[in-house]
Amino acid sequence: MTENILHTEKLTMQFGGVMAVYNLTIDVYKGEIVALIGPNGAGKTTAFNCITGVYEPTNGSVSFCGKTIVSNHPQGRMKKLYAGDRDITRSKVISPTPDKITKLGIARTFQNIRLFKSLTVFENVLVAKHMRAKQNIFSATFRLNWPEEKRAREECLELLEEQGLLQYKDELASSLPYGLQRRLEISRALATKPKLLLLDEPAAGMNPQETQELAEFIVRIKDKYDLTILLIEHHMDLVMKISDRIYVMDFGKLIAHGTPAEVQQNQRVIDAYLGVADDA
Amino acid sequence: MLFIDVFLSEAGRSVKNFIDTNLPYILAGISVGGQYALIAIGYTMVYGILRLINFAHGDIFMFAGFAMVYLAAWAPLYVAIPLVLIITVLLGFIVERVAYKPLRSAPRMSVMISAIGVSYLLQNLAWYLTSGLARQYPVIPWISNSVDIGSATTKIVTLITPVLTFVLVVALVMLIKHTKIGMAMRALAKDFETSQLMGIRINTVISITFIIGSFLAAIGSLLYFTNYTSVTPISGAMPGLKAFVAAVFGGIGSIPGAVIGAFIIGICENIIKGLGWTTFSDAFTFALLIIILIARPTGLFGEKSTDKV
Amino acid sequence: MADKKVHSFIVKNRVTIIMVVLLFAALFILEKILPPSSMFFVVLKKGAIYALVAVSMNLLNGFTGLFSLGQAGFMLIGAYTYAIFTIPPEARDTVYQYFDGGIIKFALPVPVAMILAGLAAAFFAFLIGLPVLRLKSDYLAIATLGFAEIIRAIFQWDKLGPITNGSNLLRKFPGFTSVLFPFAVSGICITLIVLLINSSYGRAFKAIRDDEIAAEAMGINLAKHKQLAFTISSFFAGVGGALLAMYQTTVQASAFTSAMTYEILLIVVIGGIGSVTGSILSSFLFIACSEWWLRFLDNETYIGSFRVPLLSSGFRKVVFSIIIMVVVLFYRQGIMGTKELSADAITRFFRKLRGKTKEEAAK
Repeated sequence: MTENILHTEKLTMQFGGVMAVYNLTIDVYKGEIVALIGPNGAGKTTAFNCITGVYEPTNGSVSFCGKTIVSNHPQGRMKKLYAGDRDITRSKVISPTPDKITKLGIARTFQNIRLFKSLTVFENVLVAKHMRAKQNIFSATFRLNWPEEKRAREECLELLEEQGLLQYKDELASSLPYGLQRRLEISRALATKPKLLLLDEPAAGMNPQETQELAEFIVRIKDKYDLTILLIEHHMDLVMKISDRIYVMDFGKLIAHGTPAEVQQNQRVIDAYLGVADDA
Repeated sequence: MLFIDVFLSEAGRSVKNFIDTNLPYILAGISVGGQYALIAIGYTMVYGILRLINFAHGDIFMFAGFAMVYLAAWAPLYVAIPLVLIITVLLGFIVERVAYKPLRSAPRMSVMISAIGVSYLLQNLAWYLTSGLARQYPVIPWISNSVDIGSATTKIVTLITPVLTFVLVVALVMLIKHTKIGMAMRALAKDFETSQLMGIRINTVISITFIIGSFLAAIGSLLYFTNYTSVTPISGAMPGLKAFVAAVFGGIGSIPGAVIGAFIIGICENIIKGLGWTTFSDAFTFALLIIILIARPTGLFGEKSTDKV
Repeated sequence: MADKKVHSFIVKNRVTIIMVVLLFAALFILEKILPPSSMFFVVLKKGAIYALVAVSMNLLNGFTGLFSLGQAGFMLIGAYTYAIFTIPPEARDTVYQYFDGGIIKFALPVPVAMILAGLAAAFFAFLIGLPVLRLKSDYLAIATLGFAEIIRAIFQWDKLGPITNGSNLLRKFPGFTSVLFPFAVSGICITLIVLLINSSYGRAFKAIRDDEIAAEAMGINLAKHKQLAFTISSFFAGVGGALLAMYQTTVQASAFTSAMTYEILLIVVIGGIGSVTGSILSSFLFIACSEWWLRFLDNETYIGSFRVPLLSSGFRKVVFSIIIMVVVLFYRQGIMGTKELSADAITRFFRKLRGKTKEEAAK
């Protein structure tokens, strides 16, 4: 039985009157590439934010490798606003900040590329190593931890070389072309040595050829770094090509789930948005 | 029954005692609260639209005070007062055009630094023009006259201030609710970029915001300096800061909130002085600021907004 | 093994080390030549002190992106801590004349007191930071400003008189005479700050400045790192305050107003937010202008019997403020932007010059 890397249970996110995500229950198993698709505003990025601790979900829980890492149930004012009493998960409240979730082994990229604009390409990747290093501010300032720092630097250089970014290493991150910026963002996430990688619209703004290269890139890094990948995407050719399974969301709810072939036939999905054959 | 009667009459008497001993302070509080309110409205309107803390606003208030000192020595009051209003409004308009408009697309910190720079410039300018000596504010007849209320003696300005503040605030709220310009201001405050796309002439709206704010500050200065008759280059710093705290307390962007916050601050500040803790009357305002920022950052009447990640 | 490391460190940074040694030698010689009352020394001493405070503020505002306006408050804590603990026991009765000589009856050695000054400021920064650091940037600015004002009010409070001397000034504590002292202290502190900025934590601070959300996603704990930046910056502001006390030989709480914080902020802006060398250069420029070069603008001057208009007391500060506004509006990057003036840059500059003259000689 393959290990269950990620499991969300009745994950719900409500902003005042807006139900962004409702009772989302998904599973991702080790070594898979799972896609989360749906029309704009379906709640996909919100789901990512709940999983990674950016938002505290209104209800539900998230488990990583069997352990519950995020968990909440409606409290205070939300109790009144909450629709559907029977779905409340009465459990302990676990609400970590995103950095803790990253330390557990979940890394993510963002819909709008969030690189550190004033840092160089090399420094962007190096920052990701900061959390792992056994150091305190004094040992870092006085360079007492130089062997570790050196090792971190070497690992980053290797990473950049593999991704074909080594020649840009001393350039400002903001000066890279768009496609390379995306690759840098993914490389930065890889530097945190994650088990699970969450990619939010990695192919956004790419032409078909770039999308093809990205597809190969994702499969390559999955194999090389022994990753499990959950991705949000609108480019259907990328999704259908590399995903093992697909979850489809619409208006915050899960409307379909299965292999790419199954989902393509699903009438509800077609009604929701697959009617448009071209890329979004 | 009797017990409750006795309790209530005792409570009533101690409240009456409290009011009697502190009446001058409470009255002073209402008066200065109204003056702070007039300044606070300027802060809250500008912040609501531009997300800018106009550090220079308090100094514009101070300049209005000095303008009055010099103009009143040169012309009769019925000429000086309108001139002061016009000059202050002009100053606010110029500050916005010169120091804030060029930085509208710059990061927020740059504009705030510019505001601090303008404040620094205005204070130094005032110091230079007056050689640092405090000036006496001219006596405006009638509102400076004394009147007795209960056991306290105070100036008529103390009574006029809340009334005038109320009238002006009502007029302003009606302007915002029922005119096109007011709607434009509300639109800009809600969503700056989209409002631009909708064809709202932001330069005009922003200038009008500053004009209204400066106008109210000028009126506030007329009332304030009739009470505290000495004007120095730093006369605007503290009232400005306190008015800003009032705006934050009431909910930045909300005009009624700013007014209520200003009255609360004015009254509490003076009661603290009445209790003998004068050194802390200023610190109280800041303690209040910190408490509200921590407990309820959006203020009493503010709205929460979530950022999309 | 260890001395091999030291040896290679010296070799790598030989230009910087030579320049530092030359600088101190130059200062030493200047002190022997010029009269001690020369304005030159005023600028150097005060400039060095403000350079340290400006760099500490830049660490917080420029490198971590936390817009804090509380520097004056922490300088005040540092200044008072230093003064309170170094007034010699014999002098305590005269200084604390209204408070029976105060409750502290001993004096600590100067270096200890200076470190204590920094620690006291850092401690208060830690406490203040806990609630305040999660606020948005403009609110953070106002909250820290508010705290600075509260601190000032507390230090003037009569009830704390036995410690702080209430609203009276503190005096008779040891100062310094040579200009080498503030340069040495500031130099060491600034070096530490630079080491920090170039370390892993420095990168984390810059990441927080560039994009908080991405920084968190990369495993950087925002609360902890912001707290670190705030506390360390305030430590050095406290040391700067102690130096200021030593320079002025008297301290009074009422002088540490928000205007002082604004001046430091303006120094940082003029030098370039995010540039350490910029802050240092700008600090000396600022002090030179405000204390020395522009002084003539304050004097009423006559050409023959014609009185030059505008020139009178206070004009210097007006011109100064206008220059600052010009920089803020048109040269937002400041003198150095985010670049640093390093030994490498200087050697490269000279090498280019030498290369050029060799070319011309060859023709």
